[in-house]
Amino acid sequence: MRYAFAQRAEILEIIAYLIPIALFLGVVGLVAFLWSVRSGQFDDLDGAAWRILDDDDDRPKPD
Amino acid sequence: MTVTSPDIDLGCPSGLAPPSEDSTGALDAFVKRQGTEATLQLLVRGAKCGGCLSKIEKAVSALPGVATARLNLSNGKMRVDWTGSLNADTIGATISDLGYGVSAFSEDESAQTEKKRERDLLLSMGVAGFGMANIMLLSVSVWGGHGEMGDATRQVLHGISGLIALPVVAWSGRHFFASAFSVLRHGRANMDVPISLALILAFSVSVWETIHHGPHAYFDACVMLLFFLLIGRFLDARLQRQAHAAAHELAALQNASVSIVDRNGTVRAVPATNVSAGDHILLSPGERAVVDLRIAMGISEIDESLVTGESLPRQTGPGETLFAGAVNLSHPLQGVALGPAEDSLLSEIGRMLEAGEQRRSAYRKIADRAVSLYVPFVHTAAALAALSWWVAGAGMAQAIMIAVTTLIVTCPCALALAAPVAQVVAAGRLFKQGVYLRSGDALERLAEVDYVVFDKTGTLSFGTPELATMVALSRSHPDTPQVPLVIGVDTRDQRLSQAAMLARSSRHPLSRALVNAAGPGPFAEGTIEVPGCGLEADIEGERCRLGSAEWVGIDTKIEAAGPQLWFVAGDSDPVCFQFADRLQDDAVEALNALKARGLEIEILSGDHSAAVADMANRLGIDRWQSGAKPHDKVARLETLRADGRKVLMVGDGLNDAGALALAHAALAPGGAMDVSQSASDAVYSGGLSSVELIIALAQSTRGVMRQNFGLAAVYNLFAVPIAVAGLVTPLIAAIAMSASSLIVTVNALRIRAKG
Repeated sequence: MRYAFAQRAEILEIIAYLIPIALFLGVVGLVAFLWSVRSGQFDDLDGAAWRILDDDDDRPKPD
Repeated sequence: MTVTSPDIDLGCPSGLAPPSEDSTGALDAFVKRQGTEATLQLLVRGAKCGGCLSKIEKAVSALPGVATARLNLSNGKMRVDWTGSLNADTIGATISDLGYGVSAFSEDESAQTEKKRERDLLLSMGVAGFGMANIMLLSVSVWGGHGEMGDATRQVLHGISGLIALPVVAWSGRHFFASAFSVLRHGRANMDVPISLALILAFSVSVWETIHHGPHAYFDACVMLLFFLLIGRFLDARLQRQAHAAAHELAALQNASVSIVDRNGTVRAVPATNVSAGDHILLSPGERAVVDLRIAMGISEIDESLVTGESLPRQTGPGETLFAGAVNLSHPLQGVALGPAEDSLLSEIGRMLEAGEQRRSAYRKIADRAVSLYVPFVHTAAALAALSWWVAGAGMAQAIMIAVTTLIVTCPCALALAAPVAQVVAAGRLFKQGVYLRSGDALERLAEVDYVVFDKTGTLSFGTPELATMVALSRSHPDTPQVPLVIGVDTRDQRLSQAAMLARSSRHPLSRALVNAAGPGPFAEGTIEVPGCGLEADIEGERCRLGSAEWVGIDTKIEAAGPQLWFVAGDSDPVCFQFADRLQDDAVEALNALKARGLEIEILSGDHSAAVADMANRLGIDRWQSGAKPHDKVARLETLRADGRKVLMVGDGLNDAGALALAHAALAPGGAMDVSQSASDAVYSGGLSSVELIIALAQSTRGVMRQNFGLAAVYNLFAVPIAVAGLVTPLIAAIAMSASSLIVTVNALRIRAKG
C-alpha cells in the first residue's frame, strides 16, 4: 500500500511538470497559427514566393 | 525616328498574360478619404509573376505621396495608401501604361461572408489539430502503460484529455452542430447530423467512463474525427470560394466611371452605377462602354469582339446602338445612355453567369452519392448492435458503448477526405502544366464530357489578323482588272514598307498586323486617319492612301474570306493586302487528339459566316454556327443539354461567359477576359493541346476518387463487424481511423506520380 502510494506520487510529480510544459508549447504554436491567419499571412501565397526573390530593396551598407 | 514593335515591355514580362489595352476610366470617384490620407482599392488584371509584382508596386510607390502600394498576386487586388494631392487617375494611368488592366474594386458582402467562413474553418482546423496532438500525447501514455498504470493516474490523464477536448469540440465542432441543428429543426437530415451525433456521443461516453474509472475514453478519437473532417471542409470551402469569384470580378469591371456631359457642356466623372437613362455620355478613344448607348455625335471605329466575337472593328455613327463592353478605338463619341448600368448587356451576362452557377451547384457529386449510401448503413448497424447486445443480456451502458464505438470507428473521415484530397493533388499537377483549376468538382464534370464546343476568335485562332497574301491590280490593263498580278519581291517589300509607314500611326488591328509583317521602321509624318475609310499621308512627295477599296479609288472587288486593305502610292498600281485570322499553332493536332478520344466537336462563333466556314474547313470540322450572339450561344447549349450531351465549352470572350457558365464543364485560355476565366472550371495557358490533357487527367482523377470511396467501403466492411462484436478499444479506433485516412491520401498522391 505504501509502495503503491509512493510510486503514484512520483509519477504525478513528473507529469505535473511535463504536461503543463507540453500544453504550454502547444498553446504557443496555436497562438502563432491563429495570429498568422488573422493578420493575413496566408492571404497572398503566390506573391510572397516572388517577393523574396526581388532584391532591389537591398541597399549597400552605409559606410 | 524608329518605332519598334508596340508590345515590347508591356504586360507580364514572363509572357503569362497578354498586355491589356484597356484605358481606365476616372478612378477618383472610388477613393476613400480621411483627412489628408486617401485609400484606393484596385483590381489589377494580367499580373501573373514576380516581375509584374515588382514592376507595378515600384511604379506606384514612386508616385509623390504614396505611403504603401501592395499588390496581392493571388487575387489581383491592390491597395494604395497616400497623402497629399495625388490624383487617383494618375495611379490608374501608371498601371495601365505598364500594360495591365486596372479597375476600381469594392468588395461586396457575399464575398466577405465566404472569405470569413473559409478563415473560420481554417482557425477551427488549427484548434482541432492542437487538441488532437495534445490529447494523443496523453492517450499514448495510457495505451503504453496498459496493465501497469495505476487507476488514479489513468483517471487524471483522462481528465486532462477531457478538459482539452471540451473547448476544442465545442468551438471547432460548432460548424457541424449549427448546420445539423438547423436542418433538424426543418425535419430533414444531412451529413452533419450523424457527424454531430458521433461527436457528442463519443464525448459524453468518455466523460462517463472517466468519472466511473473506466479503462476506455474516446477523447482522442473524437477530436481526431473533428480534425480530419475539418480538413475536408476547409479544402472544399476554398475551392468553392475561388469558383464564386466570377460574379465579383464582373462587378469590378462595372466599377468603371463614366464621363457625363451636363447641360452646360461640362464633363464630369461619375461611378457607372450612378448613370441613368438619358444621360449624355462621352466615350474617349480607348475607353470601354459600361452602359448601352445610342450614339448622338461622332464617327469612330469600335471593337466589339467582347460582345459579339467579331474579330474586326466596326465603324459606327449617330443613331447606332453601342453595347456595354465595346471599346471605342479611334475618335471620341457622344451618346445617350439607354438605361442604367444594371440593365446593360454586361449585367445581363452577369445574370446568365449566376443562373449557370446555380445549375452547376445542383450537380450531384460522387461524394454526395457515397454519403447517401453510407449514413443509413452505419446507423442501422450501430442501432442493431446496441439492440442485440441489450437483448443478449448486456447492460445498458455496455450496449450504448458498443453503438458509440461503431459510430466512431466507421467515421466518415476517409469519406470526407476521399474527394477533396484527390482534387487538390490533381489541381497541383495541372498547375505545373500551366492549367489553373477554379472549382473542385470541376474534375468530375470534365471527366464526363462527350461533346466539345469551341469559340473561334481567341480560342481556336489568335483573334488578331495576320498578313496572308499581297496582290496587285494593274492600271495599265484596265480591261482585265479582275486578274491579280503576282508581284516581285522588290516591289512587294517596297509597297509593304511604304504602307507600314502609314499604318504605324493607327491603332486599327489591320494596321497593327501590317506593321508586324513589316517590322521596325519609320512612320510618315502628318498622317490623317478618316474613320471607316483609311489613312492618308505624303511620302517623298507622293500622295499615299491605305484603307478600303473606295478610299483608294478602286471599284473592283477581290473575293477573299478575310479582311483586306488597299494601298496606293501616287500613280502606281494598287496593292491589296489580304489578312487571315491566325490559327493557334497546335490547333489541328489538338482537335485530332480530341476526336481520337471519341469527342464530338463544334464551333460556335459570333464572327461572320465566311470567316467561320474558312476556319472550320481548315480544321476539318463540319459542325459550325456563325453570327451567334451571347443568348444564341446559351440557347445552343440548352439544346445540347436537352439532348443529353455533356458539353465542354471552350471560350474566351465576354460573349462566351454565359455559355461557359451554363456548360457541363468549361475551359478558358489564359488570354481570356477575366469574367470568362472565372466562369470556367479551369484556365489553361499552354495552347489548345492542354484541353486533351485536362480531360485525360480529369478522368484519371475520377478513377482515383472512385477507388478512394471503394477503399472507404472496404474499410467499413472490416471495421463494422469488429465494432459490433465489441472488440474495439480507443487504441484500435485511433489506428483504424488514421490508417483509413492515410490510405485514401496516399492513393490520391498517385495522381501526382503518374506521368
